[in-house]
Amino acid sequence: MTKDTEALKEGDLYTTYLHLNMGPSHPAMHGTVRIYLKLDGETIVDSDVDIGYLHRGFEKMAESGTWTKVIPYTDRLNYVSPLINNVGYCGAVEKLLGIDITERCKFIRVFVSEISRIVDHLTAIGACALEVAAYTPFLWCMQAREEFYFLIEAITGARVTTSYVRIGGVRWDLPEDWVERYERAEKKLFEMLKDVEALLTRNRIFIDRNAGVGVMKAEDAIAWGFTGPCLRAAGVDYDVRKAQPYLGYDRLEFDVPVGTEGDNYDRYLVRLEEIRQSVRIIRQVIKQIPEGPVNISDWRIVLPPKEAVYNTIEGTIANFENVMKGIQVPKGEAYYAVEGGNGEVGFYVVSDGSGKPYRVHVRPPCFAIMQALSDMIKGRLVADIIPTFDSINMIGGEIDR
Amino acid sequence: MSELISEIVKKRFGDAVLETHQQHADDTIVVKREALLDVLRFLRDELDFKMPLDCTCVDRLGLGEKPQCVEEAMNPLLTTPESRPTLGAGLKPRFEVVYHLRSLSRRMFVRVKVRVDEEDPVVPSATSLFKGFTWFEREVYDMFGIRFAGHKDLRRILLYPEFKGHPLRKDYPRRGYQPRIPMPNLKGDPVDTAED
Repeated sequence: MTKDTEALKEGDLYTTYLHLNMGPSHPAMHGTVRIYLKLDGETIVDSDVDIGYLHRGFEKMAESGTWTKVIPYTDRLNYVSPLINNVGYCGAVEKLLGIDITERCKFIRVFVSEISRIVDHLTAIGACALEVAAYTPFLWCMQAREEFYFLIEAITGARVTTSYVRIGGVRWDLPEDWVERYERAEKKLFEMLKDVEALLTRNRIFIDRNAGVGVMKAEDAIAWGFTGPCLRAAGVDYDVRKAQPYLGYDRLEFDVPVGTEGDNYDRYLVRLEEIRQSVRIIRQVIKQIPEGPVNISDWRIVLPPKEAVYNTIEGTIANFENVMKGIQVPKGEAYYAVEGGNGEVGFYVVSDGSGKPYRVHVRPPCFAIMQALSDMIKGRLVADIIPTFDSINMIGGEIDR
Repeated sequence: MSELISEIVKKRFGDAVLETHQQHADDTIVVKREALLDVLRFLRDELDFKMPLDCTCVDRLGLGEKPQCVEEAMNPLLTTPESRPTLGAGLKPRFEVVYHLRSLSRRMFVRVKVRVDEEDPVVPSATSLFKGFTWFEREVYDMFGIRFAGHKDLRRILLYPEFKGHPLRKDYPRRGYQPRIPMPNLKGDPVDTAED
């Protein structure tokens, strides 16, 4: 392709670059983002990625309420896997408080995180197929995702805006039939995965459109700050769950799949394998989860049970203080990272000793990855933007905050 | 880990390291602005902190004051302009730019902080060492108005170019209003920044 354009420049024909706006509201762009393209024919000479169309001021809003009031906002960051954001934020505040949550709660948080990861990867894989006009796998992925949404709805009461995790615990225990519900979803998932793999993994068109496209090699990927499936596709076995284990991930057995080329096809394969690893983790969780309370018993941090609130003066006072003044987090700063669907979701929180967050900063994984999009599509065709952009799995709510 | 990263850096750079702490087991180094790039380069090349994780900023305007004072100063509904308390006692210097770097081989991260004053909010850009900080520094510029010397493309990133002020500063009101932007002149030349 490059040879052709060079020949064209030397010839007599007058040629000029074409400037094209792709987005912000383009049918092929999942998420509101604008790519300003400078084209030579169909080849991308230069591009500028423009984000911020979904900016809501998450970090400013977080400073206005109590620590607990930030939890619903975190649902809206990565709205495909909101539970992981809930876990990340509450973990950061707990780190600042210096408390340890109960054993059952840790397993519940691992369970909901892995469900969310499956949902996130299913969405990414489905959309990945959709981008190259394979509509059927997309619908199958959505069907399987729906089963998991039913499960999430049974656990949290909401499909997407979960707000399930609390500082010091979770909102309530898992429903009684959670294992059966999960197994139903898992059965559907494996039926679907078999079909999707059969349709995509050795599909000539899918491989041609994805293999060797959007390449980011390991060294560059680290320098750009890649994390998650995009980094692992380049062959770096970095996973926060292994590198800095949280919530007892070091007690659970799972493998970190890595790719070799760092292209879109490897990202697809890594995501596919990570779904299987998540299932492996969940099966261990079902076997190992202990009985016991899900919340810590410190009423300064978690709300007291309603019987205590209505019948004892201590409970009433604790409930009032907790709701009105908020959790009194000691002065300090902490950074807490969890492995999200797209990579490392980090929360940097600063407290000034009052009941409100002084500063909440979230490190969105796809923010670091999107800044390399210009590099990844440079010199490629316009048609390559779509699968590359999708294999990054940019989530508008997360990148724009 | 035998020796703390902050200790190694302190031994090497001496006075350029202003303070260190290990609050909640997060190794933190506060360095002088002149030494920032040297410390980052040392961390990257010799201690294998190759991955840029995060760059952000903290406005410490209200950190030393009573929380109510900050609340009243920020919320125009609570006070009139005359009775609004003035902030500024806070901690000096006002801004603290925070970098997080991760080492894949050591399986840990380190936090590097540099403090700058409101009058001279300029920090040397770390993008020459870590290209992954490109957008993060743009975001800090957008939200706090910190300028990064040597950054090749320091534009607003989340907000639009005509935005007035820097919203994550503590003295930017939570219910701040922005002026309307005049319609762009569509008859004029097409807006084009790229060179042809």
